[in-house]
Amino acid sequence: MTHLPDILGRIDTLWPRALARAGERVQLMEICGTHTVAVSRGGLRDLLPGPLRLVSGPGCPVCVTDQTYVDQAIHLAGERDVIVATYGDMVRVPGREGSLEQARSAGAAVEVIYAAHEAVELARRKAPRQVVFLAIGFETTAPATALALRQARAGRVSNFSVFSAHKLVLPAMHALLDQEDVRIDGFLCPGHVSVIIGYRAYEPIVRKHLRPCVVAGFDDEQILAGIAEILRQLAEAAPAAASVYPVVKADGNPQARQVIEETFRVADAPWRALGVIPSSGLDLAEEYAEFDTARRFELPQVESYEPPGCRCGDVICGRCLPRDCPLFANPCTPRDPVGPCMVSSEGACAAHYKYHRPETGKTNDAT
Amino acid sequence: MTAELIAEVILPAIGGQDATALTDAAEVAWGADRVVFTTDSYVVQPLEFAGGDIGKLAVCGTVNDLAVAAARPVALSMSLVLEEGLEIELLRRVLVSAGEAARRAGVTIVTGDTKVIDRRGEPGMTINTAGIGAPLPGGEVGFRHVGAGDALVLTGPLGLHGLAVMCRRKGLSIASSLESDCQAIHELTAALLEALGPRVHWMRDPTRGGLAATLVDLAQATGRNVEVRQRAIPTDPAATVAAEMLGLDLLNVANEGRLVAVVEAAAAEQAVNILAAHEAAPAPVIIGNVGEATDMPLVEMVTAAGGRRIVQMPYGEDLPRIC
Repeated sequence: MTHLPDILGRIDTLWPRALARAGERVQLMEICGTHTVAVSRGGLRDLLPGPLRLVSGPGCPVCVTDQTYVDQAIHLAGERDVIVATYGDMVRVPGREGSLEQARSAGAAVEVIYAAHEAVELARRKAPRQVVFLAIGFETTAPATALALRQARAGRVSNFSVFSAHKLVLPAMHALLDQEDVRIDGFLCPGHVSVIIGYRAYEPIVRKHLRPCVVAGFDDEQILAGIAEILRQLAEAAPAAASVYPVVKADGNPQARQVIEETFRVADAPWRALGVIPSSGLDLAEEYAEFDTARRFELPQVESYEPPGCRCGDVICGRCLPRDCPLFANPCTPRDPVGPCMVSSEGACAAHYKYHRPETGKTNDAT
Repeated sequence: MTAELIAEVILPAIGGQDATALTDAAEVAWGADRVVFTTDSYVVQPLEFAGGDIGKLAVCGTVNDLAVAAARPVALSMSLVLEEGLEIELLRRVLVSAGEAARRAGVTIVTGDTKVIDRRGEPGMTINTAGIGAPLPGGEVGFRHVGAGDALVLTGPLGLHGLAVMCRRKGLSIASSLESDCQAIHELTAALLEALGPRVHWMRDPTRGGLAATLVDLAQATGRNVEVRQRAIPTDPAATVAAEMLGLDLLNVANEGRLVAVVEAAAAEQAVNILAAHEAAPAPVIIGNVGEATDMPLVEMVTAAGGRRIVQMPYGEDLPRIC
């Protein structure tokens, strides 16, 4: 912890100049579920200057998954001889009529897996039953899905298919900045995604919107060092794409990106609360069409739906804090969630509920 | 959910105890004396793990429940439910282990039972142990004795048992040094009570749900805020790495050989020194304090960075079965 006092000292020194350029306050956004949890769990907001507000963005894959995908997954799970394989958090996300977990209690076949390749192994074991893998996540998890597809192809596991809802972070960042009512003075960029895409990937944001984009790792010092670097850029009016996380290179991991390019094609994708963002999702490439759930199965057309009162969409856009949602804590809790932000272990609402004092929501802001 | 089941179905049906007074062990009048009585069932999978097995667990767990109830453990019963197909060598190993644990703890297994049932999947076993103990002189522990300013003392790093079981279950070997902390802690509790008597206000061995569950129970049962300081909590490097890899918060992970003691503030340093003389307390330290009574008692942690966060009762995925 020897660096922490230095970093906090830097933040204190840079803050007045950053604030002077910004106006009354500075609002930074982190776009990574792991950062969301780390900030709340570390009590880091208590260490920041009062008018420096840190909000969560659309960095939690479960939270940004459009609810129609959940409903379609539940429909598939109900089909005879179909097993839905999914990461744990998805299981409790409420769709229009209950969650995958509830469907499971009613007899649907839903299996929780921890890695994409486990879905292929499941398909092998359970042949000839169909195994549908719910492939969610950003650039971080897409390579694992790609490898699973290669595994399935090599092993001729024909009863395996991928229902892709993979998303790309950059288009969402652009879309957020295009929203007039969302204020973001700088981005704390996701560590794991940036390992893949590299920190220079954020240069278009810097060029077009003149916002600092700084990648940070996940411990307390990393996150605070990332914030200090953003403040330095704001203070000097010199926004840039940068990283304080040594494992993230300027160019990321080109091999991983190549695997993604060979396996997926970029497509328009629906995001919860942000609508359809052009070129923001990954569908299976033609090369892997035979493993595409969307082509193998007849998926029902489902209407989009937000539970009444739920402000998950505003939360993931940074328009409000979890405590501003009328349903927060009552009745929406991690045990009885209404929206995905409370279900997911990386959701902003779950983090606030779990780690912040109930009566104030305990975030460090001056509003 | 188990708590609701107990409060709404089980207790009303069997009559007797008020749910809020329930502790793991009960004092029963015995003529002019009292005897402390407890029971627990052990269903851990896998049956063997680094640092222990179901046999050792079944003895130590019940001995510890007696110990934290301020009793000297005297005797245990042991009931075995064995599934057909269970390897005899495995059975022998865990029972030898149980016998050793009993000898080390100075208790005798005086009675028992064995049943064999049809297998359900991978053949396993469950063990129930019930224990009786003699109340120690000077012991006056209970929620009602806890007061504002009392110090919280913890005896060692967290989460070793839960991590050891989970790693074995998942076939992970993260660090060869990672072993369950499963052990009897009756010598620690006896030493504290002998030296400090009624200045020891409450004790618990934090098991499933980790230190978090213990502190939340303490806050809710006493109606007082509890503050704990993350930097004071002893760490084990292998456990820290394993927890990070498994995405776990060590506060929520089970222990089977740790003691949390709530003692009068003025006696806290002495308590630490007493514990330090015992091998069963590898790193005794004051980790926090009990606060004022309040309508909404919370457990608050001062984080390593110096900020604050709430500690909640763990649930669901945080709570894999480990005992």
